[in-house]
Amino acid sequence: MTEKSNLSCNELHLEIGNKILCDSLSLQIGPGETWAVLGLNGAGKTTLLHTLAGIRPPDAGQVLLNETDLTQLSRHDIAKQLGLLLQTHQDPFPGKVIEHVLIGRHPYLKALEWESESDYQIAKDALSTVGLIGFENRDIQSLSGGEYQRMLIAMVLVQQPSIYLLDEPVNHLDWQHQHQILSTLVSMTEQQTCSLVMALHDVNLAARYCSHTMMMFDDGQVKSGHTSDMLNTETLEDLYHTPIMQIDSEQGQIFTPA
Amino acid sequence: MTNEQGHKPIHAARQKAYLYLLLLLLITLASFIVALTSGSLSLSFSEVITAISSDANPLHHQVVYELRVPRMIHAFTTGALLAMAGALMQVLLRNPLADPYILGISGGSAVFALIAIALGLVGWTVSLSAFFGALLAMFLVFGLARGQGSWTATRLLLTGVVLASGWGAIISFVLTIAPQGKLRSLIFWLMGDLSFAENIWPALITLALGILICLYFARSLNVLSLGAMQAQSLGLHINRFRWQLYVVASLLTAMAIIQAGNIGFIGLIIPHLLRLMGLRDYRLLIPGAVLAGGSLLVFADTVARSAIEDTALPVGILTAAIGVPIFIFLLYRGVKSV
Repeated sequence: MTEKSNLSCNELHLEIGNKILCDSLSLQIGPGETWAVLGLNGAGKTTLLHTLAGIRPPDAGQVLLNETDLTQLSRHDIAKQLGLLLQTHQDPFPGKVIEHVLIGRHPYLKALEWESESDYQIAKDALSTVGLIGFENRDIQSLSGGEYQRMLIAMVLVQQPSIYLLDEPVNHLDWQHQHQILSTLVSMTEQQTCSLVMALHDVNLAARYCSHTMMMFDDGQVKSGHTSDMLNTETLEDLYHTPIMQIDSEQGQIFTPA
Repeated sequence: MTNEQGHKPIHAARQKAYLYLLLLLLITLASFIVALTSGSLSLSFSEVITAISSDANPLHHQVVYELRVPRMIHAFTTGALLAMAGALMQVLLRNPLADPYILGISGGSAVFALIAIALGLVGWTVSLSAFFGALLAMFLVFGLARGQGSWTATRLLLTGVVLASGWGAIISFVLTIAPQGKLRSLIFWLMGDLSFAENIWPALITLALGILICLYFARSLNVLSLGAMQAQSLGLHINRFRWQLYVVASLLTAMAIIQAGNIGFIGLIIPHLLRLMGLRDYRLLIPGAVLAGGSLLVFADTVARSAIEDTALPVGILTAAIGVPIFIFLLYRGVKSV
């Protein structure tokens, strides 16, 4: 199965236009860890994920996969270890759900090789994880927003990376699927010692599912640590510039705008 | 068919696709028979077979061997080259309406071939010039249509159409000032015509190479059609791959231009029809494009040269007659659902 991988960044500097998103950011994402990335719109969550996935070069500093700079690795090798769920998609060419999901096996196939039975089984398992069994032969364009999002998650699962970088994975998802998919992802992360990094807008999902939390403030500061230390009304008010209150429940703390 | 759940569907789908490819192969063979038997001298199938195997009837032998076989091969290779070029450009520009003719790639290629010929160049230097013209035309469409933001269908098409009419004007200009008799007809360069083709080998070799390269790229084409970022995260070296596609698509277009002039719409019609048939996977779409594009042009050319007595129509008129309604239909139906 997937080997244990370590993703880290070293003195990472990112900016867009003249806005500094983060400055000399160093952090390490270890096997078995689940990270939430929180921040306002435009704080740089997506840019950070893209940089960690190696599809956008850092403005300074490095991203290291198992102590090797991403720029030293081939895209093909990176693709076997880092899976990225994008937030925005363009899709002018139609197709069936199963065809689409199977494209996620690309890094494992040789140039002229076709997907095998086992690739197909992996794709079916992924569809079952996201609750899309029976959708194999549906046309992509007939899917609802949430179904489409789940298909994209299935495609990342099929890629079998050891590090998942998910940009707003619960976009368009109803509560049932938010919790089903996140809890599956988290238990998979723990069992297979993969790592999970998710940009989220729901603080309570971070509180419930993530071992670590990173906050990207709009002045370019980044704070990170264990979720239990990070999440409190004070830091959240700083982060979101909004009064926030905390409700204690049996499930733990629940945060909501006051 | 069994109703067994699980392992069968993917193979069932692929088998259906193979069946379609077999059907296209049969259609291709049928187009060959039609092309060899019909024309101003109508021959039966057995007469064609006799003419191929012996020269007992010198007239039949000459008509089939020296006229119809080469012309059929020219038509087939041109159609196949254009259909593949269209399929590649559609991925490259992420737009199912992309086609070498509509976007002016053929026009640019024709202008450079024409200038080379007008300057007295011959042989492979003309082909090289046509190739350079195709590269330049594609570069212009890419650059101008992109502008500040990303490509939209409208912007891409407008840019392509405007550039294509620009190239058309240059073609007319060169033909007006160039010495008479030195150049092929205006129709050849503007609409396409298979009456001038000579040596069959350059196009055959280019086609063979093109098929090999495209089949090698085929799964990567599937990946790239998901969009650049997604493709990168699935392990595609995006810049290198785009350049390779860009060069290959230009080469295929240039070869078609040199051989048959500026034939339109094949690159648009064929991939679209194949997608409608369910051949969306480029590993199936590429061989399908070769067979369907080739046979369509063989049929069209046969009709063009035998429809009106004593008059050989340029085949480009026919492809336009088929292509224009389909293009308008696609545009109205909305690019998204192609």
